[in-house]
Parts: sequence; structure tokens; C-alpha cells
Amino acid sequence: MNILAVADAVRTWPLALGRRGFFPNLNDIIVFVLIVGAFVAIAHGAREMKAPLTSLDVAPVVLDPLNLPDYALRTTLRMFAAILASLVFTFLVATLAAKSRKAELVIIPALDILQSVPVLGFLTFTVAFFLRLFPGSQLGAECAAIFAIFTAQAWNMTFSFYQSLRTVPSDLDEVSRHFRLSAWLRFWRLEVPFAAPGLIWNTMMSMSGGWFFVVASEAIAVGDTTVKLPGIGSWLALAIEQKNLGAVALAVATMAAVILCYDQLVFRPIIAWADKFRFEQTAAQQRPQSWVYDLVRRARLARRLFVPLKWTVSRLSLIRLPSRPQVPIARPDQGRIGDLLWLAVVLAATAAALWLTIRYLTATLAVSDVERAIGLGFLTLARVIVLIAAASLIWVPIGVWIGLRPWAAERVQPIAQFLAAFPANVLFPIAVVAIVSLRLDPDIWLSPLMVLGTQWYILFNVVAGASAFPTDLREASTLYRLRSWQWWRDVILPGIFPYYVTGALTASGGSWNASIVAEVASWGNIKLTAAGLGAFIAQATDAGDYPRVILGIGVMSVFVIAFNRLVWRPLYRLAERRFRLD
Amino acid sequence: MDAPVAAPVSVNAPLVEVDEVRLAYNRGAANDLLVLDDVSLALRDNEIAALLGRSGCGKSTLLRIIAGLMAPSSGAVRIGGEPVTGPAGQVAMVFQSFALFPWLTVLENVEIGLEAKGIAPEERKKRALGAIDLIGLDGYESAYPKELSGGMRQRVGLARALVVHPKVLLMDEPFSALDVLTAETLRTDLIDLWCEGRMPIASILMVTHNIEEAVLMSDRILLFSSNPGRISGEIRVDLRQPRNRLDPLFRQLVDDIYARMTAKPVGKPAREGLFPGSGIAMLLPRVSPNLQSGLMEAVADAPYNGRADLPPLAASLQMEVDELFPIAETLQLLRFAEIEEGDIRLTEAGKRFVQVDLDERKRMFSQHLVTYVPLAGHIKRVLDERPTHQAPARRFLDELEDHMSDAAAEQTLRAIISWARYGETFAYDEDSGVFSLENPA
Repeated sequence: MNILAVADAVRTWPLALGRRGFFPNLNDIIVFVLIVGAFVAIAHGAREMKAPLTSLDVAPVVLDPLNLPDYALRTTLRMFAAILASLVFTFLVATLAAKSRKAELVIIPALDILQSVPVLGFLTFTVAFFLRLFPGSQLGAECAAIFAIFTAQAWNMTFSFYQSLRTVPSDLDEVSRHFRLSAWLRFWRLEVPFAAPGLIWNTMMSMSGGWFFVVASEAIAVGDTTVKLPGIGSWLALAIEQKNLGAVALAVATMAAVILCYDQLVFRPIIAWADKFRFEQTAAQQRPQSWVYDLVRRARLARRLFVPLKWTVSRLSLIRLPSRPQVPIARPDQGRIGDLLWLAVVLAATAAALWLTIRYLTATLAVSDVERAIGLGFLTLARVIVLIAAASLIWVPIGVWIGLRPWAAERVQPIAQFLAAFPANVLFPIAVVAIVSLRLDPDIWLSPLMVLGTQWYILFNVVAGASAFPTDLREASTLYRLRSWQWWRDVILPGIFPYYVTGALTASGGSWNASIVAEVASWGNIKLTAAGLGAFIAQATDAGDYPRVILGIGVMSVFVIAFNRLVWRPLYRLAERRFRLD
Repeated sequence: MDAPVAAPVSVNAPLVEVDEVRLAYNRGAANDLLVLDDVSLALRDNEIAALLGRSGCGKSTLLRIIAGLMAPSSGAVRIGGEPVTGPAGQVAMVFQSFALFPWLTVLENVEIGLEAKGIAPEERKKRALGAIDLIGLDGYESAYPKELSGGMRQRVGLARALVVHPKVLLMDEPFSALDVLTAETLRTDLIDLWCEGRMPIASILMVTHNIEEAVLMSDRILLFSSNPGRISGEIRVDLRQPRNRLDPLFRQLVDDIYARMTAKPVGKPAREGLFPGSGIAMLLPRVSPNLQSGLMEAVADAPYNGRADLPPLAASLQMEVDELFPIAETLQLLRFAEIEEGDIRLTEAGKRFVQVDLDERKRMFSQHLVTYVPLAGHIKRVLDERPTHQAPARRFLDELEDHMSDAAAEQTLRAIISWARYGETFAYDEDSGVFSLENPA
């Protein structure tokens, strides 16, 4: 690293325009290897994906460690395919919502609900569809798996992008209208860059969420359809079936390695690069660092490789989409009637859909089923509340302790973020083994699994909040010798409150989702079930009982949305209003 | 060098023609909020014109209407004889906040207007480098805006505007976000470029609230008065460039304009006249009572002894007109001072206020507040009449919102809360949003 730094200092050509720029250096070699490696991996994985479905019968998933790298690759490719699909979806749908009031009326409430709905439940419906779309090919099952991951990732990204589009700074909006930027140019020069930081953050969150579902979506078992796509998820399912604890441990280790790799190779460089998109007028003291990004920037030849790319982009920006010639300045009262008509159409369509659903459900379900689902919903709700409270009691003091010590925060923060990205369901079998061997009550002891993966959001948000707590306020409270309880109540808890709410909100949403996998856990032929709505949905899915799946998802959605509206939103608003420190 | 002042009046049509432009915000049938009232002006070839007025008087709004960024409620704008119906191609604007894209380099920021026109990259770069060179930004091409000082950022804003070769350069308070020294350098550089004819533009229209800046730079000053915004006068500046701020003629002009800007409007109740609206619907500025007593003390002291000329007072307090006027006018509203002919004079009550101790000051302030500020009196009466002596703020906010924008209503109520707290006239509980007569013990 030192040698590189010196080399960088010696090479003082401005803008790297020196003729030496054509000679590769050490960095070039590393970058080259990375790029070629990525291409080979993608090509290899893509070829396998197109294999016929029957080849799975010939070469089923086996617990051979030699296969594990290939499985990891397949799983990772699925993740990235889903994230790409989510990005495309985000650009299209969020833009549509931000530009068209009629679309906005439908898209935004839909996104709001989809964000909080247990996406795992969708799996049931999509598998059948995709298998029929590509008969006989693995591609159908792959698409189903990718779509399942996509449904876990897209909504919050779309929402974040939409919100950025709606809050574009008014002076930059004026500039782009004033200089008559085409819609295309405006999108790439103003809207995407402005939205980039939020979108990247949400993409990372989605990636973490996706891992959770990749495990569940590879080993597809809906009714009598059973497909095990090669991947870490299938490996894990098989390990559980065969009660192979060593294989579970291997899967955990592989997962950790994969997450570490893409974090270092993909997300860190992107964050370091995207730092320039942060909307602020002063240079920040601390800029995000990434060794890969530095490597690429220092590589001489690699920069040349990007020249044609840059040229293409600059040509693309010249594309002039046919736009309405002179957009007359909008008057606020125009189109009011059109909106009302549209709203009426939307409401009518919703009512019709609702009626159809109810008719479908009432054909097989009785009122007692609904009552049961609601009752189970309250059980799960109780679990979520107790667990979030417990996690808060544990992690808030620890987070504050860490956050107030910069040296500790610096070390802990990446670990907490890594743990949040780690799919906790991989660890479930270990917990099940423990519950079975210790003869514990599954109704109680399965519950902590729900927050296993999501509690870290509380930790790293509290750490961030405590780190950002103003030094002068800390000094003042030391000076006035506030007693410890008073210090917690009047100083630090209000100080970290907005951060805590953000973390707890994320954790609670994740816990609801996790309940579907956490309330039912198995180890070989042992099946543990905790009474709850999550178990209700999981069992209905296993049985291919569509009406009960729909009912379960519907009830859970209502619970999540009500919980968000009645608890988290008011808290969020309170945090915004009262406890902001800037 | 010869300054292009007093250019012969062109026989052609004016470059920019604003014709009876009116702008009203729709707030229910009878309560339209009039922002601009029948504004007409003409900008000719080869002149710098300044729209001078106080903040919130609608001058920036007018500039946006001229640029085609907003539509007037009625009236028309023509540039080179063509009516403006959308963002106009023949003008380029410089923004108060610079409005640079933080993720684009200086060069890319300057190129943005050309890129929008679909000009090829090579040509774009050539022209952008030319503009960067002209405006004195050589060497900063690859810097990002956040690496630059405010003055340099505004230079980027200027280069970006000039590179599209507009006929008219519109400047919206271009120097007001800069420190004094930087602003002066940039003004001088701009005037030099203009006088040497090196800028590819025919005219400049600038908006400012800084009287000296207007006198220093422009050939013609259009005085803008508030509520509703309209042009209240026109002043030709025939001084030769470069102008000297210490020139007696310069000073005389500045003094004149001060007097005209503080003159009481005709046909309105004398003391209320300077704030928009009337009665309880008067839009009040958020001027802290500490600033008010501070100004009274400054005027009462030597060398002013109760009567001060506003320009030197502003200079000695290191305040801009925009900061000083609202304080002075609040004092006038509360009958602690009178403003006339660009002077501020303490009333008897004002003189007494300066002499007494804090408790007595609060008592006087409260009394004047209830008597002379209609909204404060109104709230006090409601609180007195109610058996609980409580009333939600929402109620008064709703009343205000019938007459003004939501933001203005909020500002007005905030001003009242701050004043009433100082005078201990009535209390306001932030958490519950309720006014009450009880002061917390």
C-alpha cells in the first residue's frame, strides 16, 4: 500500500494525461484480473441457468463441499439479477409516479402496502406462473426464485427514488427548466445523481433483505411442486433434511465469505464513488474509503478502458427524446376533474378486486378462519413488540456506549452492518437443534429467531446517533454533573431518538417478515411450530392452500400497516419535530 | 475607457417588454393574494437595469416570469417581440444560490446549457473553455463546486449563463450570498467585462435589495414597492463607470433612494402601511424583541441622540437594508419610533423604553403590543373572554390563512408568540399548541 501511495505521489501528471498513461501498472493488472474474473463467472453461471429442468434430476444438489463455490456463484448471480431488475423497475415506476399525477394516485399507496407486506407469501403464486412460462427449463424456476427476491427488494428502492424525485432542490429544478434540459438529460444530470445516495443505501438494504429470501426461494416447495435449484439455499435445505450440522456450518461460512466479497468489491467502491453525489455545498471531513475504488482510480490503463464508455454515455446524453415542444407553465387548478374521474376509476377497480377476493375466499373459508387468523396475528404482534422491546433494552445502552467512543464505533459499525446483511435464517437449524435437545417450549424459544437478523438495525442506528451527538452538549452535561438516570432521560435518549426510531422501524418490519420462516423451523424430520400468523402462512404454503395463504397475507398486511400508522409514524413525526439536533 | 451609459434610445422595439403583468395566488374567491400588480417595464439594448426592492416584494418572482419559469395571472412578457410562453431561450439567469450541480465539475456545469441544446461534445468544450477563460476561472475546470469559494461558484454560474450566448442576462441577487470583499471584486470584474464589451450579451437585468449595489452597477434603477409588488419609481444613474462610492453625487443618490424606499405609501393607515395586509391579517416579520431594544438603544445613544439617518446607521451596525428595515418598521408599528425621509426617530415612548429597567420595558412592550398590533390584541381579547383563558393556535392560524399563504401565516403567528413571550402578555405552549393567560410559574 505504501509503495502504491509513493507511486501515486510521484506520478504528477494532471488528469493522468501523460504519455506514460498507456503503460499498465500493478493496479491495472489487479483490476484486469478482477474484471475478467467477473465476466467468466457470469458467463459460467448464465450457461448453467439455461440447462433443462431434468438435468436437476440427473445431477441433484448434493452436500459436496467441492460444489459449494459453484452454488455460491449461482446464488449470487440470482441476487444481482434481482437487484438489476429492481433498479430497472425503480427507474421506470418511480419516474412514472413522480411525473404523472394519475399514476401517482395508484403507485404510491400500492408501494406503501407492498413495502410492508410479507413478500415471502408471494412465492406461492409466482412459481406456478414461471414454471409454465419456460416449460422444461431451469430458467422457469430461476425466474421464480429471482422474482421472489425481486419482490423483497424493489419497493423500498422505488419509494426512495420517488421521494428523491419529489424533493429535487428547487434551484436546480429551475436551472434545468431554464436551460431547457430535455427530460432525458434532466433524468441523468439532475434526478439520478440527486437520488443516488438514497438509492444506493436502499439498494444495500434490499440486498440484505434479498439474502433472507434467497434461502427460502431456491428450495421451492409449493404443494406438490418441488424444485431445488443449485445454490446455497438448496444446500442448506438439504443439510437440514439430512441433519448435517457440518454442512450447515459450511453454508454459514460460505455465505459470510460471499457477503464480505460483494461488500468489498461492489458496494464499498460504489459508495466511495457516489460520495460526490451527496447534496451538500461544503466538502465533508470524512469521505468513505474503499481500497477497490482507489485501486481502479490508480490504475492507468483501466482508465483508458473507460474512455469509450464515457464517450458512449456522453453521446447518449445527446439523445433528444421527442418531448412536447413548449411545456406551458402548469396552473394548479388544471386537470382537477380528470384526477377525480381517474380516482373514481381506481376506486371502482379496487372495489371490484376486493369483491372478487372475498368471493373467492368465502367459497372455501368460514368466518372462524378469519377469526383464527386474526387471533394468531395478535400472537405474532405480541412477539414482535416484546422482542423489539427486548432488543432495544439490550442494544440501546450498548450502542450508546460504543457510539460515544469513536475508536469503538469505527470497529463495530462495519460489523453491525455486516450482521444486518447476514441472512439469519441460515442460523435457524442451530437454534432448532438447541431447542430440541434442551426440550424448550417452541412457542417461546422460536420467537427470538424473528429478531435474530433485524436487531442489528437498532444497534447500528443507535451507534450512528450517539456518534453524531454534539460534543458541546456532552460537555455541558458533564459540567453540570447530571446524574446517570437524568443523563439518560434528558440528554442521550432524546439525542439518539430519531436514529433509534429509524432502526426500530426497520427492525420491526423485518421481524414481521421473518415470522413466516421463524415460527416454523425443522431439523430433519423434527418440525417445530410456534402458534402465530407466520406459521399459519407457512403451513398454508406448504399445503398449497391458496385461500389460506391469501387470508394470512391479507391479515398480516393489515397488522403491519396498522402498526406502522399507529405507532411508528407518530413516533417518527415526533422525532422529526422535537428531537432534531440541527 | 468609455462607459456605455446614456446610450442613445434605440428606435427598435425594446429587448424585453413586460406588459401589465399581474400575479395573484388563488386563495378562495375574495382573498386572492396579489403578488404583482400591473407591472410594466422595458429593457433596452445596451443597458444594465436594476430592480431594487425589499425582500419578499416580488421582484425575484418578476424575474422568473420574464425568464419564462412562471406564468403571470395576466399580462404578457415579450423578448425581442416574441411572447414568452415557457423557459425562454434568449435569456440566461444567474441565481442567488448559484444553483450549481454539485456532482458535475466546473466544466460540466458550464457545458450543461450547451448540452441541452444538443451541441456536439468537442464544440461544447471549446465554447465552455472560452467562457471559463473570460470569467477568470482558468485552472478550475475539473474542480467540483464544493471545492470552490462562494465567489468562484458564482463565477461558474456566470460562465454557465454567458456560454449560451443569451441576449439578456438576468441576475437574481447574484452577490447577496457572498461576503463583502468577494462581492465587490466580482461586481468590479463584471462591470469591467461589460464596459469593455467582452460579454456576448446586449443587456443585463438584475434584482437586488442592496441600494449601493444598484447605484454602483446600473444605468437605470426601477424601484419596486411591496404588497402588492409594483414599480414605484425609476431613477437614471448617469455617473460614469468606474463609479466611486465616496463621490458626493453617488452618496446623494443613495440617500435619495433610502428616502424613497421608506416613504409612507399613500392611502393606507400611516403606521400600518409598511407591512402587507391590514388589521389582524397583517403579515409580520420575525424580529426578536432583543433586536428591537438594541436598535432603540443605538438610536438613543450618541451620536444619533434619538434621530438617525438610515444609511450611516446601517453601515455602523454592519447591517443590510433588508435586515434594518423590518426592525425599524416593527418599532414604528409598536409606536416606539417613526420613520420619515430615510430617518428613524424615537417617539417619547421609545425614549422612555431605553431608560427604564427590564421589568418596566416588558410592561411597556406588552401594552404597546396589545394596543397597536391588531392580532396580538385579538388573541388577548379571546383569551380574556374565554372562561378557561385558553385558545388553540390553530384557530388563529386558520383565520390568518384566509388572508395569506400558509408560510406567511406561520411566520406572523411565530412573530406574535415571540413578542408576547417577551412582554409576558400571554403564554404559548409549544407541545400542545395552545395560547393561555397563565405564565409558567
